[in-house]
Amino acid sequence: MKRLLSLTLLLSIFLTACGASATPTPAPATEAPTLAPTEVPPTATPEPAPQTLTVFAAASLTDAFTEIGAAFDAANPGVTTTFNFAGSQALRTQIEEGAPADVFASASGKEMETLVTGTFVGADVSQVFLSNKLVVILPADNPAALEKLEDLANSGVKIVLATEEVPVGKYARQALDLMDASFGAGYKDKVLANVVSNEDNVKQVVAKVQLGEADAGIVYVSDVVAAPELKSIEIPAELNVIAKYPIAPLVKSENADLAVKFIEYVLSTEGQAVLAKWGFSPVK
Amino acid sequence: MSKLREFSRQVFGEGTSKWIFLLPSLILLVFFALPLIALIYRSIAPDFFANALSKQAFQALKLSLVTSSITTLVTVVLGTPLAYLLARWKFRFKAWLELILDLPIVLPPSVAGLALLIAFGRRGLIGTFLSDIGFSIPFTTTAVIMAQLFVAAPLYIRSARIGFAHVDKQLEESAYVEGANQLQLFYEIMIPIAIRSLASGAILTWTRALGEFGATILFAGNLEGVTQTMPIAIYIGFERNLGVAMALSVVLILVSVFLLMITKQLEKEEE
Repeated sequence: MKRLLSLTLLLSIFLTACGASATPTPAPATEAPTLAPTEVPPTATPEPAPQTLTVFAAASLTDAFTEIGAAFDAANPGVTTTFNFAGSQALRTQIEEGAPADVFASASGKEMETLVTGTFVGADVSQVFLSNKLVVILPADNPAALEKLEDLANSGVKIVLATEEVPVGKYARQALDLMDASFGAGYKDKVLANVVSNEDNVKQVVAKVQLGEADAGIVYVSDVVAAPELKSIEIPAELNVIAKYPIAPLVKSENADLAVKFIEYVLSTEGQAVLAKWGFSPVK
Repeated sequence: MSKLREFSRQVFGEGTSKWIFLLPSLILLVFFALPLIALIYRSIAPDFFANALSKQAFQALKLSLVTSSITTLVTVVLGTPLAYLLARWKFRFKAWLELILDLPIVLPPSVAGLALLIAFGRRGLIGTFLSDIGFSIPFTTTAVIMAQLFVAAPLYIRSARIGFAHVDKQLEESAYVEGANQLQLFYEIMIPIAIRSLASGAILTWTRALGEFGATILFAGNLEGVTQTMPIAIYIGFERNLGVAMALSVVLILVSVFLLMITKQLEKEEE
């Protein structure tokens, strides 16, 4: 008994020591005030307490949301927005396994619905904030000399898609179904037989085509805006699939007010303008 | 040190300083065992066998076993002479050569994957030439093996080099006195003496190749039956269906345990 007690004592000493070393070191001395005469005297209002907002967003939103995040931080002093960009299906799994997030922006309604079912997102709080559509991308020098959608079925063309679980991979297969009905002759099967890799998110597909390792990939129109050196083959509206992106605050968010504020910003005129700039179709 | 001993004597009482060894060991053991137990515990579900015996799982396991075996074979064939040369010959820039060979051990596999892509990709340094003569490496099973070789072979070379270096110089000299040539010396003296270092190095390389993920997904991509090894199937399965990912993980754990048992048996027989 005595031994056990002393063991507990030692453990607690050990843990306290660990805890102490983990406390933040004092902030470095405040910056010396500049002596420029035009300097505005410091305002009396205290700085707001620093807050961190964590946004889990579909990989296709990487460029647009990075810009929106910077603008949001600038408009809200003390706020730092951090992002976790990945395939929506990966983010959904992370949230289900307890990853701390405040906002989830998905490239597909399916992942959002799964989170609503699991009560990670409240019912009826998610809103569609943009739509996107598909395009075929090719490396700048078009090594397989592809001219039209039918050429994707040519033998020996190296095609990279996202896996079926990634929203863009699912949409691409839906578009291939539409093309199959239109072109016939086993089009979809031939295209799928040309697939050399199923990537984990849309940006991986873009990277493989950018590097010239693949002859073609099916991604979002917005991805071409982010990688203007790529060539592309347009998919006509009747063969295309419209992706609707929902966004929602998470039930377990510890910054619920800020999460709502961020979503409002994304849906605001400024936010929607940034999305339009990066090739998405705004909903407003 | 004596103060620490005194303190521990005061806290634990006389003769219980063994706790100084037991406590840290227990913490670390629990840390290792807990995730494995949790994984096995959570994977026990009615659909475990459906998941573990699915076509995808079987293909991935087969591909992993085949590629890692080829990697090990190539490593032993090419790596043994290299290790011997590094251990027994003297030449300039040897230290630099050893450094280059040790680098893949400490490099993140993602760096290895990127480097392989930049070298052997279709637009790569060598890849452009290979592509011109009709070879394209990325997204093929060859790419999987190359990724494993890059990451795992240095473990064998390192182990074999140390094994060869420990062979007594006098043995070498007396072999020459007896009229042995370089090859005889290598096969009849060096290999038998260093065999345990070679075997343990080969096992290290084999298990590392079996677990290779980062370089493979960058350089070889993900296609069922062609480049989707077990670790990649687990990663992709994590997003599709956690049950599948866990079932595959448990299968990989069982395979690894089985192989480790075989190697332990081999080591025992050698003694």
